[in-house]
Amino acid sequence: MARKIDVVFSDFQPGSALRAALGMTPTSVIELVTKSKLRGRGGAGFPTGLKWDAARSHRSDDKFIICNADEGEPGTFKDKNILEKQTAKVIEGMAIGAYAIGASKGFIYLRGEYKYLVKDLMKKIEELKSQNLIGKDICREKGFCFDVDIKLGSGSYVCGEETALIESLESKRGEPRNKPPYPAEAGYLGQPTVVNNVETLSFIPHILLNGAEWFQQFGTEKSTGSKLFSVSGDCRKPGIYEFEFGITIRELLKEIDADPDTKAVQIGGASGFCACSDDFDKPICFEGIPTGGSIIVFNKSRSMFMVLKNFVEFFQEESCGQCVPCREGCSRMLEGIEKFEQGRGSSKTINDLLELSTTMSLASKCGFGQSVPNSFRTIASKFKDEILSAGGGEVWRS
Amino acid sequence: MLRETLLRKLDHLIEFHGKARESVLPVLQDLQATYGYLGEETINEVARTFGISQTEVFSVASFYHFLNTKEKGKYVIRICRTISCELRDKANILRALESELGIRMGETTHDKKYSLDYANCMGMCDRGPSMMVNDDLYADLTPSKAVDIVLSYR
Ligand SMILES: Cc1cc2nc3c(=O)[nH]c(=O)nc-3n(C[C@H](O)[C@H](O)[C@H](O)COP(=O)(O)O)c2cc1C
Repeated sequence: MARKIDVVFSDFQPGSALRAALGMTPTSVIELVTKSKLRGRGGAGFPTGLKWDAARSHRSDDKFIICNADEGEPGTFKDKNILEKQTAKVIEGMAIGAYAIGASKGFIYLRGEYKYLVKDLMKKIEELKSQNLIGKDICREKGFCFDVDIKLGSGSYVCGEETALIESLESKRGEPRNKPPYPAEAGYLGQPTVVNNVETLSFIPHILLNGAEWFQQFGTEKSTGSKLFSVSGDCRKPGIYEFEFGITIRELLKEIDADPDTKAVQIGGASGFCACSDDFDKPICFEGIPTGGSIIVFNKSRSMFMVLKNFVEFFQEESCGQCVPCREGCSRMLEGIEKFEQGRGSSKTINDLLELSTTMSLASKCGFGQSVPNSFRTIASKFKDEILSAGGGEVWRS
Repeated sequence: MLRETLLRKLDHLIEFHGKARESVLPVLQDLQATYGYLGEETINEVARTFGISQTEVFSVASFYHFLNTKEKGKYVIRICRTISCELRDKANILRALESELGIRMGETTHDKKYSLDYANCMGMCDRGPSMMVNDDLYADLTPSKAVDIVLSYR
């Protein structure tokens, strides 16, 4: 039974972890993070230590570390709360990362919707500066300088993708780049850059203070530690939860007091997977059902057709339009789905869209287009009856 | 808009953000906040200031949902259309605002005071339905609460 725990929002003495890091060599900081097996919480689950190591290995006097606070995945709101309540912890995670890779400048890329946080964040940054926890010769460590700036997004989901984010930071259209080169080699202004999610960074100080073994005691073999979940939809206790990786959907539903007639759970937002009751004993972790943390619960009264349509409308609107499989794919998928509403859809329509899904996941340039089919595939296979009978449906009740 | 006022504002912003190419977006964001939209004249002056083409500035401005290249109402109301808010009867909020303001989704009132738009997830999913009025975020809405909030913007 996976436990409910409290790391991310636990008390923390600003400076304590940074001082511990500065007592080590940058390489041993990276080794520690690698040993903890911490994986990125932004969705892709890339090992943080490896990313840092790559950025460290590329030589440059101008490296950058970016905190990805774009949090655009439908149903996610944990990063906002972390930034609000644990600002110092997140920034300390950035400073430790900066020390490890050899960067002296960091950005928090904050989604435009969260502009109201800027004032408090700036205040906190000033406070940390006055405590010598950012700025020049930090913690009296000669030569270690690190400054943090806040940059705002302007309402674009794809800018959460790390290379689109970097383009946006450079004041360009938020269109993802080809990879390689990865940002660790050539990111912001062509310089080695690490992009980490807010939650990932918030674990770093704890790993520095408590060690890799401590971190590994939580979670599973391949998904160590805990994970924040943003819970919404048909349950009595929506909100933010921290659980160990490996928790089953059923256990989670119990904790959040989901409606007894829950028929589906969307895990990972629009770009994630839809689980039905057959899946409820599966674990949530990178080797099971992976997620950036969005959990949306649907009870029996909800139309899964409308859920699917809502997701595809979202994708169609947010596709950056740069590559054909994603731009055209999203529009065609929406057209196909609308056919069912108009009473023109058939099982052939579903098969055509499944074929389109394969093309999109294979040929799209970035994770956006590649993940559009996730919700279509899972909803269309698990709730095929609801799709085929969608015609004439008034809104939200099936 | 007076050209002199715009130029003075632009000078101010350049002083703050710098004149490097990567400062274009913050400058556009601030101009949008001041003028409510980025018209042709504004785009042209930004291009001239940064020494880049007008098309380049326009292509950036038109990419982002929160930057308007056409004039909008003084207050842009954005209703969250993401599923979690939808499940909490966002439709009623929309209906109430449409009839209160006498406009449909996507339109602007005649006096150019209010525009009604959709936005995607605002991170208020556990407290929906939610909306933004310009930069301000509101959650736990009911139809009457939404109307009161909107009317408090004068
Ligand atoms: C379309 C798309 C949107 C994304 N949005 C976010 C986001 O809002 N926040 C985030 O941290 N990562 C997001 N990611 C993942 C980032 O590309 C990147 O993997 C992540 O920021 C790396 O940090 P991590 O290793 O700490 O998770 C997104 C990816 C894609 C493809």
